[in-house]
Amino acid sequence: MSKTLFDKVWDSHVVRQIEGGPDVFFIDRHFIHEVTSPVAFLGLKSRGLKVLYPERTFATADHNTPTINQHLPVEDPLSAKQLKALEDNSNEYGISHWGLGHQKNGIVHVVGPENGITFPGATIVCGDSHTSTHGAFGAIAFGIGTSEVEMVLSTQCIMQPKPKKMRINVNGQLGKGVTPKDVALYVIAQLSTSGATGYFVEYAGDVFENMTMEGRMTVCNLSIEMGARGGMIAPDETTFAYLKGKPLSLKGDAWDTAVAHWKTLKTDADSVFDKELTFAASDIEPMITYGTNPGMGMGISKNIPTAEAVEGGVATYKKSLDYMGYNENESMIGKKIDYVFLGSCTNGRIEDFRAFASIIKGKKKADHVTAWLVPGSHEVEALITEEGILDIIHEAGFVLRQPGCSACLAMNDDKVPAGKYAVSTSNRNFEGRQGPGSRTLLASPLVAAAAAVTGVVTDPRDLL
Amino acid sequence: MAYDKFNILTSTAVPLPLENVDTDQIIPARFLKATKREGFGDNLFRDWRYNNDDSPKESFVLNNPIYTGKILVGGKNFGSGSSREHAAWAVYDYGFRCVVSSFFADIFRNNCLNVGVLPVQVSAEFSELIFNAIYDDPKTEIEVNLENQTITILSTGAQESFEINSYKKENMLNGFDDIDYLQNIKGDIETFANGLLL
Ligand code: SF4
Repeated sequence: MSKTLFDKVWDSHVVRQIEGGPDVFFIDRHFIHEVTSPVAFLGLKSRGLKVLYPERTFATADHNTPTINQHLPVEDPLSAKQLKALEDNSNEYGISHWGLGHQKNGIVHVVGPENGITFPGATIVCGDSHTSTHGAFGAIAFGIGTSEVEMVLSTQCIMQPKPKKMRINVNGQLGKGVTPKDVALYVIAQLSTSGATGYFVEYAGDVFENMTMEGRMTVCNLSIEMGARGGMIAPDETTFAYLKGKPLSLKGDAWDTAVAHWKTLKTDADSVFDKELTFAASDIEPMITYGTNPGMGMGISKNIPTAEAVEGGVATYKKSLDYMGYNENESMIGKKIDYVFLGSCTNGRIEDFRAFASIIKGKKKADHVTAWLVPGSHEVEALITEEGILDIIHEAGFVLRQPGCSACLAMNDDKVPAGKYAVSTSNRNFEGRQGPGSRTLLASPLVAAAAAVTGVVTDPRDLL
Repeated sequence: MAYDKFNILTSTAVPLPLENVDTDQIIPARFLKATKREGFGDNLFRDWRYNNDDSPKESFVLNNPIYTGKILVGGKNFGSGSSREHAAWAVYDYGFRCVVSSFFADIFRNNCLNVGVLPVQVSAEFSELIFNAIYDDPKTEIEVNLENQTITILSTGAQESFEINSYKKENMLNGFDDIDYLQNIKGDIETFANGLLL
């Protein structure tokens, strides 16, 4: 029987099928961080359990870490306590730990691929919903809750019903200034935030085939924002080239054997999906969101839709626009913004900083704008310096911060004040996501850069 | 965590007819810093429930003494967004044992089942019936019968059946969780792992 990429990876990780129940699903790689793991370890202890395969779990501190003065003790006592718990638990159970200050430290979904922990055909979980990022490598990767973290620690398995399958095809050539982030925001706007609930998505078509690994990561990262369990892209030469020689990638004969296997990880020609959607690359513009969920996005040159034109409840829609301080039918272009956030596991990689630099080069940051430029990892930070991007950043009047999740979820001090507008390259624009009362406009690094230098929402194509 | 057994729950219900209630609203990120599982109920829907000076917002349903009970009735696409299990803990810790919606986000539904909160998905029509019944009479009792997989508005007798997979159902009826199950098949898991390339 013909199988999809998803079937191939899923079926090869089922330890046992339960009649009328979920599959016992084996996990190859498990990432943990300081926020969702302490309670899981507490659970282990109270049941007197061990970690079954500590070598399959990787710990990094990222969610609540400060992005300045990382050499100093963490001021917030609760954050410090979580960081300490992660370190102590990792040490106690023999888990490798890249804590604050470690040269490999960074956002979990940035450091995983960067170090070759992620690989094609793997099953990967983490107590963070954007674990779907790793699907860019042809892995099945998704976010789990803390109870499941405890399950993976103690048995390397979770209980999962097999999701339905969806394929999203995007074909054609992307226009000038249109990035992988825009492709993802476009698809989410088409499907809504629940359009893919219950599904696991495969992205196919020449747009994804021609994308770099970093672009693919951005797209897969955002799969969760349309409700999908995760998203994946078939591994190809781009994937192998990216992984080859990474610190924890296989070497020598083992690498060759693995690549030969990875090449079989493709959807068979006559496979059937539960749902299939196709979009044209030429329809996609640089995107921006105007509301309080990632599905409320539109091409930057469009006007905010009327309540009648969108699916779902009118009351919810109006509440959302009220929160944002926007009205139906308005254009977003020219709207004043206060903050810019470049970073997160969605857009905190070197290509994102290159894109940002391409716009700000030779210009100046708008005076009233506060900008947080936060690399996804120390490795990204090092590349920024090495490639001369740091000089461009400084000349334009910006500063570079230290790696972490930062304003993506604003658990540390990087909080956007109430009522202020932030153009953010992260993944969620929920009420208060970037600080109580904050208003978030999600966009690509190009749109963020254009806003940072003009101080208002600006079409980046005008500056390229 | 093993939790209380769930069989038949009869209770009044709290209506929250908003769509796309995301887990950042259920429990904002700044309250995720605890290293224990208890106490999250105090911050359930924090920013909708309290003003900046911590005084209760009177317009929010949890601050309205007319509406109480162990059942929370939400709008469509309840629990979307972040995977934080803390959202399900907060719902449980506050005292809810069941959430009703015409559509649940996947991870939230899973998390609920793991911590002893029963997610009951009903049709849009039935969801309307429940909201109307509660607004007509806040003392309306709803009966959720897990064994029979039915939800009934007791005042009108309106009933609908709901889906739950038989494995999760057994677990909830007995107060077991997945870890109990997995511990019992560790031998199989080790055999499986030994056969892997990576
Ligand atoms: S950057 Fe944001 S989405 Fe990514 S891992 Fe950190 S908190 Fe989660």
